[in-house]
Amino acid sequence: MEPSADIKRLPAPARWSIPGIGLLKGMVVTAQNMIQSYYRKERMTTVQYPEERAPISPNFRNFPFLCYDGEDPKAGLRCTACTICETECPPQCIYIVLERDANGKSLKRPKVFDIDVSVCMNCGICAEVCPFDSIYMDGEYELSKQDRFNGLLFHLDRLAKSADYHMKLRPKEAGEVAARRKVEVDKKRAVQAAKDAKAQTDKDMAKPEPTTKGEPA
Amino acid sequence: MISDPATSLTSAVLAPAVDDDQLLHVSLGPQHPSTHGVFRMNVVLDGETVVRLKPVFGYLHRNHEKIAEGTSYLASMPYTDRLDYICPLSNNWAYARAVEKLAGIEVPERAEFIRVILAELTRLINHTAFAGFILGDMGAWGSALMYAFREREKILDLFEELTGARMMANFMRFGGCRNDLPDGWSAKVSKLVDEYGPFLDEMEKFLVGNEILLSRTLNVGSLPKEVLINGGITGPMLRAAGVPYDIRKVDPYGIYERFDFRIPLGATGDCYDRIMIRFLEMRESLKILHQALDQLPDGSFIHPKAKIRNFKPPLGEAYARIEGPKGELGFHLISDGSTRPYRYRIRPPSFINLTLIEDMCLGLDLADVVVILGSIDIVLGEVDR
Amino acid sequence: MSLLDMSSGGPSLWAPEWLPRLPQRLVEMLLQYFGAPEWLVTTAGWITAAATVVGVFLGGFALLSLVERKTLARVQNRLGPNRAGWFGILQPVADGIKMLTKEDIVPAKAEWLLHLAAPILIVMPSILALGVIPYGREWTPVPLELGLLFFFSVGAFTELAVFMAGWASGSKFPMLGAMRAISQMVSYELPLIITTVGVVMITGSLALSDIVEHQVGFHLGFIPKWNIFTPWGFSAGIVFYIASIAEANRCPFDLPEGESEIVAGHMTEYSGFKYALFFMGEYLGLFAISGLGITLFLGGWQAPLPGLGFVPSWIWFFAKLVVVIMSYLWIRATFPRVRIDQLMRFAWLCMLPMALLTIPAAGIWVFTANPDGSHGILGWLTTVPLLLIPWIIITIIFNRRISPATRSYTFADS
Repeated sequence: MEPSADIKRLPAPARWSIPGIGLLKGMVVTAQNMIQSYYRKERMTTVQYPEERAPISPNFRNFPFLCYDGEDPKAGLRCTACTICETECPPQCIYIVLERDANGKSLKRPKVFDIDVSVCMNCGICAEVCPFDSIYMDGEYELSKQDRFNGLLFHLDRLAKSADYHMKLRPKEAGEVAARRKVEVDKKRAVQAAKDAKAQTDKDMAKPEPTTKGEPA
Repeated sequence: MISDPATSLTSAVLAPAVDDDQLLHVSLGPQHPSTHGVFRMNVVLDGETVVRLKPVFGYLHRNHEKIAEGTSYLASMPYTDRLDYICPLSNNWAYARAVEKLAGIEVPERAEFIRVILAELTRLINHTAFAGFILGDMGAWGSALMYAFREREKILDLFEELTGARMMANFMRFGGCRNDLPDGWSAKVSKLVDEYGPFLDEMEKFLVGNEILLSRTLNVGSLPKEVLINGGITGPMLRAAGVPYDIRKVDPYGIYERFDFRIPLGATGDCYDRIMIRFLEMRESLKILHQALDQLPDGSFIHPKAKIRNFKPPLGEAYARIEGPKGELGFHLISDGSTRPYRYRIRPPSFINLTLIEDMCLGLDLADVVVILGSIDIVLGEVDR
Repeated sequence: MSLLDMSSGGPSLWAPEWLPRLPQRLVEMLLQYFGAPEWLVTTAGWITAAATVVGVFLGGFALLSLVERKTLARVQNRLGPNRAGWFGILQPVADGIKMLTKEDIVPAKAEWLLHLAAPILIVMPSILALGVIPYGREWTPVPLELGLLFFFSVGAFTELAVFMAGWASGSKFPMLGAMRAISQMVSYELPLIITTVGVVMITGSLALSDIVEHQVGFHLGFIPKWNIFTPWGFSAGIVFYIASIAEANRCPFDLPEGESEIVAGHMTEYSGFKYALFFMGEYLGLFAISGLGITLFLGGWQAPLPGLGFVPSWIWFFAKLVVVIMSYLWIRATFPRVRIDQLMRFAWLCMLPMALLTIPAAGIWVFTANPDGSHGILGWLTTVPLLLIPWIIITIIFNRRISPATRSYTFADS
């Protein structure tokens, strides 16, 4: 890479410029800005925050929330406590305990799901890696609390938000997710129905014929 | 490369003219209005003349490199936002490029275009904010800074719309970008790019001919080319001294070869040239943005086989660099085949550009130190990591 | 004594000329009514007059601190303080409460007595200087014969207070600020005083009210006979204006504070109300020095156009004060700060020679005057080149140092 012969001189002041002309030009610029700030919107961009708010774009992300279907946050929670988000979280701010029944069998839902939002850095990786469409980034941003430690440690009840909320927050993304889930649920239902039907026919059929042993799911 | 003692990097030859007990030892920083964060300079003054200057840093050390060696490759991406927090998207790109080189991932064309657009917008942000900051360092009461921030806000709004965050974007992924452009986003960028030229005209009218600015910056802080090259200085600081070194041209990456743009070069490398070079670079960035927006193709924004979880690059090592707004930003990665990098190393332009500050400041006034530090354009997040 | 006696002389119709003197007269009348002795009446009157000036300018200080923030905010495309009261009008009150309730910190190494005395001593001379300025036809708080001399001798005290603050803080940034302040103020005090010599020569008096009276009337029926509209007065006025910015430590000569370099200069180690006192002193000093400039060069309380004499004279004075102070704000919003060596070079190589040249120019102006006081072509022909040629030479010299015309930028294409 060599400097080319194309030498371009800047609009620099001429050799014998009037002294102080640069200063006066600067004063003209500031005066223009002052006067135009009264009538030009792109000059005065201040938003008077608590009274008026800048619109939030659909992509805006703040701290995560957990999505649930239906009305009941406990029953409809999509989270299966798989702990993928817990391991992938860069600042390690998620804490999950799997709920088990009396026999120690996994119930595939979290007993404890805590996010320490004072540690969380809103990167959104948890939402990206979640395979169950469960965790999403919230758009809520007024979260200041008097209590620095407990107030900013969000538990499951604080984190769980309905799918309708997600739909309202990000219609496009939530619509896609809902459509996909519907397809999956339909498929699952169809599979289940087929299984049931199969079982029925199996029961109906005579025993000795060892045919297919259930569907490969 | 050079052995001339006059241009050697050691400054010990410049001994103070008076006894040491008559000198004033001042600690500029870490809490000081114009050290751009928590940077400290132990300055020894003879009257107001700088006799010695010892930079002290590490107040913002966050152990970034070691943390990165303990987490997955993807989990380091949001941390790169926090290196140079004025221009997170360039940092994203540099890291993504390093990992792509390590794992041999192809990037779709559309993603490359999006990356170029974002990187050049970031360059606009950085250089605009720089013009405001250096005027603040010179003692102007924030007018230039506020104009710069007004325009920066407009770009940040676009970033928020695209990436979800104004500054901590976390947008690039290995093999592309996280999401596609929202509807109407590129039209908004075109509008912004069209309006940016008049803003730059206004800023230049405000600053370029200002006699006080000229008297404060002309012939302040210049060093010979050889010293700058030996010191590893890159970016606008080096080009202001007339060294034609821009990685976009020297070692082209991405799709920069397809665009028509030029590299502005200064002559003396003083603070005035550093300001002017940045203004000229912004004009060239606008040119690149125009071309990129015109040619933006359709297609996928991420490689279809790009992995998010359980990403394991093969055994090997890679160094990838980009021309960040502040200089050469490089990431060196060594993979042992696991999900975590064996070694993760950054070449931060701010830090390496800062190393010559004593040589630039000796013999000048205390007020010049502040201007020179401003003209180096450091961000302490990147210096201390 | 009746109220009517006091409104004598003025051509005012609706807003009485004597309004600013009303508190003083009322106190005097009240005491006379109760049969107080003469010395008590006079003393009480003086105290009331002084209190009026202090009250007016402290109110002005509060208002200016708000106006400055609002104006600078508008220049920077912001709104400025607008939460405390309507239009942020209560912001100075909020600031005052905040300053008063803040902890007063005295560094361990500080000389506590001087550290305490400095903020008080910085406010005092400004208030004293404000006392001698003629604000209106009827309103000169203390009509001294040697008003100008008094102004400068009192004003010189500020340097001492600034240095006291810097030295007594026992810290390095204040010390640097104090060293800068003392060199800057001494250097600029010189041209500041020398420019006033021409005015004194023309007027033949050191009393500020005489200086204003001398500028009565209009050239050609519409150009006021202010000193600024004469060749020597224009030159002196420019020097005075620049030097007054430096004296008031305003941008671009705010080196003693220099917040980007030496934190806050001599005020670094001050907090709470002492810090507020520094601000008060600075703003009162600003009022005083611009008031003096108006008196010397801008015709004091005189109306700018004929036929406007019915407006009370003190309104004209304050209108001019607002204009001058707004120009200071405008400059502050635009300019970066100069460096200490440039500042000194400017003082000694530009300000001082030009200030000195106004003295012979003013002398020539006096001697070429016609017997009736008007000026013929001869005065213009001699004084204009005498001042203009050195101005051109000096500006060329200063411009050459900073000309970027030699800078060219190349582009590497490939």
